[in-house]
Amino acid sequence: MSGMTITEKIMAKHAGRTRVNPGDNIWVDVDVLMTHDVCGPGTIGIFHKEFGRNAKVWNKEKVVIIPDHYIFTADEKCHRNIQILRDFVREQGLPYYYDPEFVKGSGMPSPYRDPSKTSYKGVCHKTLPEEGHVRPGEILLGTDSHTCTAGAFGQFATGVGNTDAAFTLGTGKTWLKVPPTMKFTFHGKIPAYLTAKDLILAVIGDISVSGATYKTMYFAGEGIGSLTLEDRMTLTNMAIEAGGKNGVCDVDEKTLQYVRARSRVKNWDVLTDDPDAKYCHESEYDLAALEPLVAKPHSPDNKDTAHNCRDVKLDQAYIGSCTGGKITDMIFAANILKGNKVQIPTYVVPGSTEVHQDMKRLNLRGAEKGPNEKSIEDILLDAGCNVGASGCSACLGGPPDTFGRLNKSEVCISTTNRNFPGRMGSMTSAVYLASPLTVAASALRGKITDPREYVSSSIETGTAGVL
Amino acid sequence: MNTTIRGKAFVLGDNIDTDQIIPAKFLAYNPSDASERKYFGMYAMDGVPAGQSGLPFGDRRFVRPNEFKSDYAIVIGGKNFGCGSSREHAPLAIAEAGATCVVAEFYARIFFRNSINGGYLVPFETTDRLCEEIKTGDELEIDVKTSTLKNLTQKKSYTLKPLGDVTPIIDAGGVFEYAKQSGMMAR
Ligand code: SF4
Repeated sequence: MSGMTITEKIMAKHAGRTRVNPGDNIWVDVDVLMTHDVCGPGTIGIFHKEFGRNAKVWNKEKVVIIPDHYIFTADEKCHRNIQILRDFVREQGLPYYYDPEFVKGSGMPSPYRDPSKTSYKGVCHKTLPEEGHVRPGEILLGTDSHTCTAGAFGQFATGVGNTDAAFTLGTGKTWLKVPPTMKFTFHGKIPAYLTAKDLILAVIGDISVSGATYKTMYFAGEGIGSLTLEDRMTLTNMAIEAGGKNGVCDVDEKTLQYVRARSRVKNWDVLTDDPDAKYCHESEYDLAALEPLVAKPHSPDNKDTAHNCRDVKLDQAYIGSCTGGKITDMIFAANILKGNKVQIPTYVVPGSTEVHQDMKRLNLRGAEKGPNEKSIEDILLDAGCNVGASGCSACLGGPPDTFGRLNKSEVCISTTNRNFPGRMGSMTSAVYLASPLTVAASALRGKITDPREYVSSSIETGTAGVL
Repeated sequence: MNTTIRGKAFVLGDNIDTDQIIPAKFLAYNPSDASERKYFGMYAMDGVPAGQSGLPFGDRRFVRPNEFKSDYAIVIGGKNFGCGSSREHAPLAIAEAGATCVVAEFYARIFFRNSINGGYLVPFETTDRLCEEIKTGDELEIDVKTSTLKNLTQKKSYTLKPLGDVTPIIDAGGVFEYAKQSGMMAR
């Protein structure tokens, strides 16, 4: 009998079995279920319909509700949806809810004044680990396809629909088909001009937007060990862009440092792939040989080098989302933008209020800034960026009054994860996906730019985003 | 579940993502509210780019402007149908417009799961490149039990892949009904 992968071991354990094989259909116990303002109302409606108006969720400690998608809009239905979440939280007595307390009544809500003084957080996938809901060895389900982000912490995390989520809310269980695992090994150490975004664009470009459909994407090798935890989240985040069921990384000291500092539960399982685990695909990458990449419109697998696209004129740049709105992404961008001016409108949206707080607190090296030092936010503002409030914002277009939305035939370079037709707003807009380094460099020229023109030495991020 | 599905085909190409099936700007409607749910039917496939909607013509709307129901009962897609966002609003929108079945070469995982668990659509897979053979408006008949598709307009017949493991959930009409029938959940 062959060995098992991390994902197979997690699934077996949660199904009460000693082993599972790819293709098995199993019922598993879920550790955490997350929902947000777009899918929460539908999930709650199905929960009430199927389990009864007075039903209680299976475990209050295991349900996390994070409004993030449509917060800064005057759209009344969006406000109503947040109210549905609030009512449900009150009815069920749920302890883990992150309310945009400034959304009241009608009209465009005025954002938090101070990101350290609000119950609101921002993008769910950034909030989950920050707030201690993510641990190695667990199963996390979320009503959002990028729930796979949390696989960076050595857990099984995947997106589900409203019906599945409602079923889990009532029973604590779900059925899963055990996926076969694809192994991507990265050799070497991440060079200064690359981020994990380039790595994942390389992989998706190679295997296509459906190359990992129904499968696990396991990111291995010392190259992954050289990434910060936040950068690993960029990799696992975009597993879904290749159709992956989940993405997963090994647990190391960096993971443990993060989880020890934040987890609300004190015990977890660190699992590893057996040496004789079976993979349905294996490929290897040498980090020193990779170049800064972009995904051209309108598909995340439409790969090209930033250098080849240097004549593409841009109307806008966007730095934000669960993929590219973390504090390390901001530090990467700020290191390129410092002392320069952007040539095109450049929108910056922190992934969470913690990221926003850190943008005010930290310097260019990710350390606590001194009294006369500029913060990351100061540097971005000095360069001419528009800094918005945390949340999903224009990553998925949203209502027409959304910050940074593409409202006409604009060409945008973005740190987000999807460039489908109309994803960031107008059906006639076009989006290039790239790393925060490439986006920042491109904003300075108004054309797609290889960040090697600006990056000479490695960018330190210290413990930013960890402690 | 109906054992025969009959009606007009609406044909799309590869990588139809859920932002095309139901664009994000319509997600503020609450599918659990009956007065709002019908709008998902009105806006189903609203994000499919011009030239690609209702192949081979490219200019057919799935639902006519200001109507809630579609003339089409069966959606034909290519590869990777329903990729992208996990929004259950996508299969729900297609079903709300009145279609009951999708036939594609393969699906993105979450769309497939949502279609079945929510009892919205029967998601058949095909080894033939039907999106290049069937034309929008062709009259089709699918026998669910034998997994066969007849194109009555073109007088051709195809064998689809069997539904497999998920048949019991489809037969029950969704994961809740399945759980009740199999005793996992009280009725
Ligand atoms: S930031 Fe974008 S991709 Fe991430 S959860 Fe929000 S809308 Fe989805």
